[in-house]
Amino acid sequence: MNDKPVIETRDLTKTYTMGDIVVKALRGTSLKIYENEFVAIMGPSGSGKSTIMNILGCLDVATSGDYFLDGIDVKKNTANQLADLRNQKIGFVFQAYNLLPRTPAIENVELPMLYNPNINAKERRERALEALRSVGLLERAASMPNQLSGGQQQRVAIARAIVNDPVLILADEPTGNLDTRTSFEVMEIFQKMNALGKTIALVTHEPDIAEFTKRNVHFRDGSIFKDEMVANPRNATEELKKLPPKEITI
Amino acid sequence: MRFSNLIKIAYRSLMKNKLRTILTMIGIIIGVASIVTMMGIGEGSSSSIKSSFSSLGVNAIMIMPGAQNNGGVRSDAGTGQNMTVEDADAIREFCPDISALSPIVRTSAQTVYGSQNWHTSIFGVNTEYFTVRNLKIPKGTCFTMAENKSSAKVCIIGETVVTNLFGAGANALGQTIRINKIPFRVIGILEKKGQNSFGQDQDDVILGPFYTVQKRMLGTTNVGQIIASSTNEKVTNKAVDEITEILMQRHKILDPEDADFTIRTQSEISNIFGSISTVLGVLLTIMAFISLIVGGIGIMNIMLVSITERTREIGLRMAIGAKGKDILLQFLIEAVFLSLIGGFIGLGLGVLFSNLVGLFAGWPIIITTNSVIFAFGSATFIGIIFGYLPARKAAHMRPIEALRYE
Repeated sequence: MNDKPVIETRDLTKTYTMGDIVVKALRGTSLKIYENEFVAIMGPSGSGKSTIMNILGCLDVATSGDYFLDGIDVKKNTANQLADLRNQKIGFVFQAYNLLPRTPAIENVELPMLYNPNINAKERRERALEALRSVGLLERAASMPNQLSGGQQQRVAIARAIVNDPVLILADEPTGNLDTRTSFEVMEIFQKMNALGKTIALVTHEPDIAEFTKRNVHFRDGSIFKDEMVANPRNATEELKKLPPKEITI
Repeated sequence: MRFSNLIKIAYRSLMKNKLRTILTMIGIIIGVASIVTMMGIGEGSSSSIKSSFSSLGVNAIMIMPGAQNNGGVRSDAGTGQNMTVEDADAIREFCPDISALSPIVRTSAQTVYGSQNWHTSIFGVNTEYFTVRNLKIPKGTCFTMAENKSSAKVCIIGETVVTNLFGAGANALGQTIRINKIPFRVIGILEKKGQNSFGQDQDDVILGPFYTVQKRMLGTTNVGQIIASSTNEKVTNKAVDEITEILMQRHKILDPEDADFTIRTQSEISNIFGSISTVLGVLLTIMAFISLIVGGIGIMNIMLVSITERTREIGLRMAIGAKGKDILLQFLIEAVFLSLIGGFIGLGLGVLFSNLVGLFAGWPIIITTNSVIFAFGSATFIGIIFGYLPARKAAHMRPIEALRYE
């Protein structure tokens, strides 16, 4: 870990107004995430963890406070500039995978690069194949999402998130729809990415998933309640070996 | 954002849902096909009306003597006997905007060849008549000025006369027929013209030299009417004024109200019929355009449904870096794609339909470049107009909400 924060927020607040009711989703959150960190953002629903994810992902802007992404003051950006930031600085992984239906895996992975004018068709294909290789799905490049298992779909989504080489991977409950084994498989990929130097922030409410990360940030009622380093992160590869063998149905 | 990428995105998403794409296109296909067909029918009928008039010569000017007035009893227009060959010569001499002119006398008579006989119209004309009326003599020749002056007994006959006297396809050239017992040598056969727009058979006619018919058959000195041709369509009205002045002077008439002749131009008549068919064409086109608009609304409906259905996709695209305008352009390009491809298919079907209509109904069909451009242009226009609203709706979605949309 070095001293360069990928993410730095100072006193972020976010309030939603629904009719007469004002909901304070964030009450002054200051958070720094450094390069090559692997952070789990935890908390019960309504704690503000989704709000902070949206703000960190430049999908939403804070009501007040500062947010620096890779040294860029996000609040000074227009909607179009935010779109470019999302394209080039951030890779998203969603709970529901959000792959385009009836579209081969390779084209799903190519998608973010279609919105990046600096990448030509040849480079796009090469980088998409490389990303699929790194999640171990090279041979499924031509498969449609409905021909892939949930775990495989999420791995395609991870390939899509890393293909533009972002400074930060933001995962919103990436294992929420998966069983234990495939959850661990996905965490194995994340750990591999992290070992290769990627900075990852993932939202989860499953403590055993958070144990695979290096740092856990707990939210409660719109502010950080606990921020601790994980003493001995679990190794997903090891854990997978401990699981009972896959049930084989004939 | 590269434009080529946007086209690729739009193309991919249209190809992903072929049924939806085809259903959306059907409206445009029908619209464009009907525009092309309707405009083809309209254009065809108006040009066939125009050509049936221009067979008379577009620049033709007809000068007819007024009604005969016998002790207060007035007869038909054209029965007056006050127009003479000298009038015709004066018009030719003093009216600079006339390019050709022929006096006409007209009668009808029994014609006989061998055991066959036939009653038909006989026109006495000079050689310029063929220019004014745009008549051609593919077989044989025209009579000469000398033959006219010498009242030669020669004639040029129409196909109907050939058929009735000689039998269909028989060679009548050089044969001698008798018209009112006077023998005439057939020196030419008129090009077949068929019926005119009022159903008259234009081939049931015999043309002879003016003086032959006037002197030998009618025995008069007056002229039935004078037909002239202005040098071009624009000076027709000027020519009419000049002729009016010449004739009033020669007939010693001061007030145009008292003129003992009437002048009609071909353009007057053809304009009336031309404008009727133009109105018809415009009506048909409007109807077709309405069906195109209905097609456009179809595109809009399906695009709106498709955008709702694809909310999460839009959210995802925004999350991974699509700007509002990228989304707007994507859906706009999809709509224009649909319209253009639909327009292209519609054009093909339209050409097919028009030819079928032409074949079965026997209507003349003309598909002009203009109607193709119009059909295509309006399809694109419809695509942009009706694609814009759904596309704008998509572009204004908020990514967070779109991503969570169930």
